[in-house]
Amino acid sequence: MIRDYFRVLVVDLSTGRGSVMSIFEGRDTFAGGSGLAVHLFNKYAHFDKPWNDHEQPLIFSIGPLTGYFPLMSKTVCAFKSPYHDQYAESHAGGRSALALRFADIDALVITGKAKRPSCLVIGSRTLELKEVHYLWGMNVYATGKVLRQMFKGTGHRSILRIGPAGENGSAMAGINVDSYRHFGRLGGGTVMGSKNLKGIVILGDGIFPLTESKEYPKLFQEVYKQLTDTDMMSKYHNLGTPANVVLLNDLKALPIRNLQKTSDPEIQGITGEKFAADALLRNAACAGCPVGCIHIGFIRERFKGEHRYLYRQMSYDHEPIFAAGSMLGVTNYSEVLSLIDVTEKMGLDVMSACVALAWATEAIEKGILSEKETIVPLRFGEAKIYGEALNHLAYGANDFYRLLTQGTMKAAEHYGGKEFACVLGQEMAGYATGEVFFTSQALGLRHSHLDAAGYSYDQKPKGKTVSDAVNFLIRDEQERVFLTSLVACLFARSVYTKELLSQCLSSVGYQSLADNIDSVSSNIQKLRWKTRIETGFDPKKVSIPKRFTEITTWKGNIDQDFLKSLQQEYAQWISEFWKED
Amino acid sequence: MKILTTPRMDRCIGCHSCSMACARLVYKRLSWDTVGIRIASSGGLSTGFEARNCLACDPAPCVLACPTGAYSQRKGGGVVVRKSLCIRCGECAKECPVDAIYLDAEGEPFVCIHCGRCITFCPHNCLEMVKVAVEETIEEADHD
Repeated sequence: MIRDYFRVLVVDLSTGRGSVMSIFEGRDTFAGGSGLAVHLFNKYAHFDKPWNDHEQPLIFSIGPLTGYFPLMSKTVCAFKSPYHDQYAESHAGGRSALALRFADIDALVITGKAKRPSCLVIGSRTLELKEVHYLWGMNVYATGKVLRQMFKGTGHRSILRIGPAGENGSAMAGINVDSYRHFGRLGGGTVMGSKNLKGIVILGDGIFPLTESKEYPKLFQEVYKQLTDTDMMSKYHNLGTPANVVLLNDLKALPIRNLQKTSDPEIQGITGEKFAADALLRNAACAGCPVGCIHIGFIRERFKGEHRYLYRQMSYDHEPIFAAGSMLGVTNYSEVLSLIDVTEKMGLDVMSACVALAWATEAIEKGILSEKETIVPLRFGEAKIYGEALNHLAYGANDFYRLLTQGTMKAAEHYGGKEFACVLGQEMAGYATGEVFFTSQALGLRHSHLDAAGYSYDQKPKGKTVSDAVNFLIRDEQERVFLTSLVACLFARSVYTKELLSQCLSSVGYQSLADNIDSVSSNIQKLRWKTRIETGFDPKKVSIPKRFTEITTWKGNIDQDFLKSLQQEYAQWISEFWKED
Repeated sequence: MKILTTPRMDRCIGCHSCSMACARLVYKRLSWDTVGIRIASSGGLSTGFEARNCLACDPAPCVLACPTGAYSQRKGGGVVVRKSLCIRCGECAKECPVDAIYLDAEGEPFVCIHCGRCITFCPHNCLEMVKVAVEETIEEADHD
């Protein structure tokens, strides 16, 4: 719905009531998505109170182009993170974005704590807080099945839910979206758990008249054609992101066995090609995206004699394969899928959880930890044992797992082994490309590989200066933050140029946003950093563990001076930028 | 005469591009409900997708149920809609055996008109316009 204000549903779980707010300030300065989320965080959050204070908000926001153009299909989730008690954002797709659009709200803000485990149901004509104590303790898949039966709206709704990890206070607990997508990072699942909120059902049952503009359907057609005619369909639909596994391995840039190695011929068992040939069941898409990048794999397990089998389906991508595969030394695709399946059921972020277990495995090798802590004998390549350990992590089985699930570095600070903890702000993503990526993730606002394309910059020819690299990170973040405010899938970034975005915004009536993309991007970038810093982030205190300086890539050894200078200059920029008028 | 068919729904990825195209181009709305083809998963995304659309009945139960002539029989199957005659009684939707007619909150019915404008938006060729024989003589014979 095109409007010159934000329509925001604010729900207080302690009363089960909500109100629809019209927020006039910010439509032309913060756009929506990331911009709206941080704007609302400033309005509703209590910076001085901890993340689990019941008054803290959990925010979901969409953007001005959500549903109006293809691949404008993602939702931004913002909260004070259990991982670092600072401002955090996590992004996901599925049907969540279109369901929010058709629920006729630009954002959902959830405050308070339900008296008993509950499920929130919202729609364009619905607001209900349903008590669901019987779902508490249930895994993510089982919860989804029950919620699908309980509520109407099949096909045109989104179901968000948490698993045991989110109920048990893990800072690695994600929010599952429609089975195959996730607000994975930085503990959003535990924010829901702390509010006694097991699930959120968003009914997309609203209908809106379209703009009279003749330009809009014509432009839609052009954008659709560009998105489906370019190599995007091939890149993201064919092998998908798992194509990176072999490319990074060839570059000596794939994190393997807790980043003890960056290349190994054994990864042939977990390449994108291997998954596509032997495990790919089918593709799926986020609602509103014809690309269909979701790759769903399957495994079958013999559970009894006489050929009694069961089968499971789970989505896979480069990141889960790196985390549950190469990082843990698991090089059989079927075993990788089994581990992804455990993280899905438990509601754990697969990257954070598996990188944490990789550290614990090396700590055992070095004698820092023993089975007294880990309960099971962690060993690289032993998938079955890792499956058990993931359960221990989700349930917080003992003091060790309860600490590890708060973050690998927290456990390393207590037990030792900080130098080989693969943490860049949070557990690393699957790129060991070098100095620029390490700086980008360690200092990036979300500590995500998606904050800026540092991994891509690392692959450019050498000879660039520190300033060149830092300027790249700043510029790239600014471009991306506008896309995540609309809210576009970042896979579409090569098609959605600034000029095209301006045309799109203009065609549906957002002329002011169309005319001021640079200043709006800068506003959002600034407010996000201001919020992050005012909730406690000090970029100058970030340290990059020694392990990242010990690796060898296709470029040779890591240039430690370059890394240090990059870190200092980027941290300096972050420290100052948000104060500018 | 052609009708819209959905012969390859097992390829569907659930992107809703067909529904959204119908809403945008035929019904001038932003919606995935007020459309002639709705996509739903059955029992969650793990089981794939199905299309809810007009199967081009002839005679069409919705036409027989319509008390005002807003719905009339389309040659080759399906309905011709005269929106101005509709009193929003909802009888058409009640009679449709495959839930192909969507009623909005005001009771306005939305159904596939077999125009085929959704087809080019399907990235996996799930949909197809199929030529059907129109037996005009039978209709004439009925009047004799």
